[in-house]
Amino acid sequence: MPANALERALAPPSPAPMTADVVPLPRAGRPLGARLASSARHVAATTLPPLLTLAFLLLVWQIAASHDAGGLPPPSQIWTDSRELILNPFFDHGGVDKGLFWHALTSLQRVGIGFGLAAVVGIALGVLVGGSQLAHRSLDPIFQVLRTVPPLAWLPISLAAFHQAQPASLFVIFVTAVWPVVINTAVGVRNIPRDYVNVARVLRLSPLEYFLKILLPAATPYIFTGLRIGVGMSWLGIIASEMLLGGVGVGFFIWDQYNASRITDIVVALVWVGLVGFGLDRLVALVGRLVSRGASAV
Amino acid sequence: MSKSYLSIERVCLTYAGGRSGEVLRDVDLKVERGEFVSVIGHSGCGKSSLLNIVAGLTPLTSGAVVLDGVAVETPGPDRAVVFQNHSLLPWLTAYENVRLAVDKVFGRTKSRPERHTWTLHNLALVQMAHAKDLRPPEISGGMKQRVGIARALAMEPKVLLLDEPFGALDALTRAHLQDSLMQIHASLANTVIMITHDVDEAILLSDRIVMMTNGPAACVGKILPVDARRPRSRLSFAESSAYRDARLVAMEFLHTRRAAA
Repeated sequence: MPANALERALAPPSPAPMTADVVPLPRAGRPLGARLASSARHVAATTLPPLLTLAFLLLVWQIAASHDAGGLPPPSQIWTDSRELILNPFFDHGGVDKGLFWHALTSLQRVGIGFGLAAVVGIALGVLVGGSQLAHRSLDPIFQVLRTVPPLAWLPISLAAFHQAQPASLFVIFVTAVWPVVINTAVGVRNIPRDYVNVARVLRLSPLEYFLKILLPAATPYIFTGLRIGVGMSWLGIIASEMLLGGVGVGFFIWDQYNASRITDIVVALVWVGLVGFGLDRLVALVGRLVSRGASAV
Repeated sequence: MSKSYLSIERVCLTYAGGRSGEVLRDVDLKVERGEFVSVIGHSGCGKSSLLNIVAGLTPLTSGAVVLDGVAVETPGPDRAVVFQNHSLLPWLTAYENVRLAVDKVFGRTKSRPERHTWTLHNLALVQMAHAKDLRPPEISGGMKQRVGIARALAMEPKVLLLDEPFGALDALTRAHLQDSLMQIHASLANTVIMITHDVDEAILLSDRIVMMTNGPAACVGKILPVDARRPRSRLSFAESSAYRDARLVAMEFLHTRRAAA
């Protein structure tokens, strides 16, 4: 018996779990059932750990919160109190009494406008700062200071300048998202390899051709790094500014429910905020991968 | 008044400020049409600077470079450069990299189908037609350099400038590319200036070898003609006396100069 145990201990670890991760190319002659089982194993291997972690955290939360009435509600209470909000995000009872989908959509529209503006202006400014030594010297220190100003600090100035909630919140998104785009674009433009510039000079590309055929593609990976940081920050900015400005939007919803002491609804809204923010980040990353193609793999 | 095709006349290069000093002093070199000239010297002697001056990428301090009766001042496609690290644009396929140059140089003189054919023709010349749709990150170092050569050839340059084109490649790949380059030179009779630090490569490929003295203030130390009939075969040429004599002279030059420095 001990010999058998020793043998097992010395034997190399079974390779079975590794093949599940590698996703082998479908081999001819391999039965369909085995292939299905293998891909199912792969899906399970990637989705089970986070799901189990989530379940564990919910359990801890449930146990910790159920002894302390009046504080943070446990997950079971969130389910009973906010079931309609969770199950039906599309209801619309008029006014601001809407499902979370509509609130999220409003916030997303604001982000779309503000962030779109920030992307255009940010890339243009970044190209200028990256391409011209003078522009870099005169603008970069200012940008470095402005980018550290938190989104909410812009809100009073923005309100004073625009007098209305909608343009003020758009400006807050813009001014939050624009700096990372500017700074990363500028780095990308400054880091264009000398060789590409030499190729452009030997070919005598015109400034416009240089911009379209060398500069933009070479800086694309950097630009998308900036856009990804920017979209995340603008989502931070919109939630915060909506809490103060009111109207419709996820940020307003959270503040409204806080005033109505409906803590369970706030938790549901937070989950929405997190998932939408995650979706935005993945979306920009995906577009970046599609646009930059091989450029990042130099 | 110079009668040579390409004439490098008393070229000096001095960097002002930070990097101290004189890189090149009074470099004189005449290259005839269809000639293959190698420039060889120790690293840091300024041979790449010389090539960049001929390309127009580095402005010279004094002197002149005259190509086919016209003074060279800016870069241009009549002096196509093959860079040491290929410098292909990684977001374009091999075909698109060559096509970019073809469109730029022949945009007015050739029709669209002609430019397409010409691009394919040049890729075929370097045996890269099969990989035309691959991007640089997907092909090997030798293949990238082949595409780089195709891009340069496609510009139909008056002089082809090669800056240590095979320096980053392994010995076998380098030999293949040298053979390809010899065949291309034999059929197209390009005028070529090649920078290299490989004595054997210089002897095999060149009509003349220009040996530079060590920097700072490098100049042409000695010009060694390689008197051997073409086509040259790598193996039989390596055994010939012409090869061994040339190699002896080159090695002697490089090593005595180094000792003196």
